[in-house]
Amino acid sequence: MHVLLALMAATVVAMALQRNLFSVVVLFGIYSFLMATVLVALDAVDVAMTEAAVGAGVSTVLLLGALQLTGSREAKPLHRPLLPLALAVAVGGVLAYGSLGLPAFSDPQAPIHTHVAPRYLAEAVRETGVPNVVTAVLASYRGYDTLGETIVVFTAGAGVIALLRRRRKGRDR
Amino acid sequence: MRNDIILRLVAKLLVPFMLLFALYVQFHGDFGPGGGFQAGVIAAAGIVFYALVFGLAAGQRLVPDRLVEVMLAAGVLLYAGVGMAGFALGGNYLDYFVLHADPVHGQHRGIFWVEAGVALTVAGVMLKLFYLFAGRGRHREDE
Repeated sequence: MHVLLALMAATVVAMALQRNLFSVVVLFGIYSFLMATVLVALDAVDVAMTEAAVGAGVSTVLLLGALQLTGSREAKPLHRPLLPLALAVAVGGVLAYGSLGLPAFSDPQAPIHTHVAPRYLAEAVRETGVPNVVTAVLASYRGYDTLGETIVVFTAGAGVIALLRRRRKGRDR
Repeated sequence: MRNDIILRLVAKLLVPFMLLFALYVQFHGDFGPGGGFQAGVIAAAGIVFYALVFGLAAGQRLVPDRLVEVMLAAGVLLYAGVGMAGFALGGNYLDYFVLHADPVHGQHRGIFWVEAGVALTVAGVMLKLFYLFAGRGRHREDE
């Protein structure tokens, strides 16, 4: 686990230092696979599958497609990024400080484990007949949320279509 | 890349299994990890792989652009339609218990169609994004 997190940190630093954007895309894919492995170690197999397929698979192809349209070399920054760096470090510090107040990992008394989760775990198989509780929660108990997510995905796709589609009607047809 | 015989052969061998695996993830999501979102992405990745090796035109012959756009909207409509079916059968919106005389069976039915809707939309969006990005560069080269 710590090895994986250390590798992820190393990948991020390499990404920030690298000027060749093709390498950055490859490193991004490596980062996604490491993330997927971390999620498997956390027993979140459903999320790991998504991370591997979307993060390492499809988005790598999309980024490479974008690179083909632009250049594969990052332009030199116009001025030294000291202020953004300071801001990022400050925000990161605040986030790390905030995470200290979270309950310990897999603490059974954590609020998230005492609210509706026990009911889902106890009743899901009887009420829905679905052994995979993740599926039962996503598709049934949290059906509205998943509907919203699907609409978000649809809206993103519609937005990209509206921006990128070539209007060729009346021109070459 | 299109003339590399090893790549072409491996792609031909692998793509059917990728699509089959997507179906497995879709329909086995009740029992193992997976579900509509994962299945949609894996199916789209299979087609993207095919299009990368054999060219964008071949990919678009396999899954036409128009079909992708229909999938994009059909998924959301299918999901929302399951909700409306709950209304029509006297329940609340997205109430699966009324979809069948046996409530557990109704849940199964509702989850099945909802996941199918998610898979359709996700696969459609992923493929459409790929087609748009890949098609853009190609078009400019032609001009």
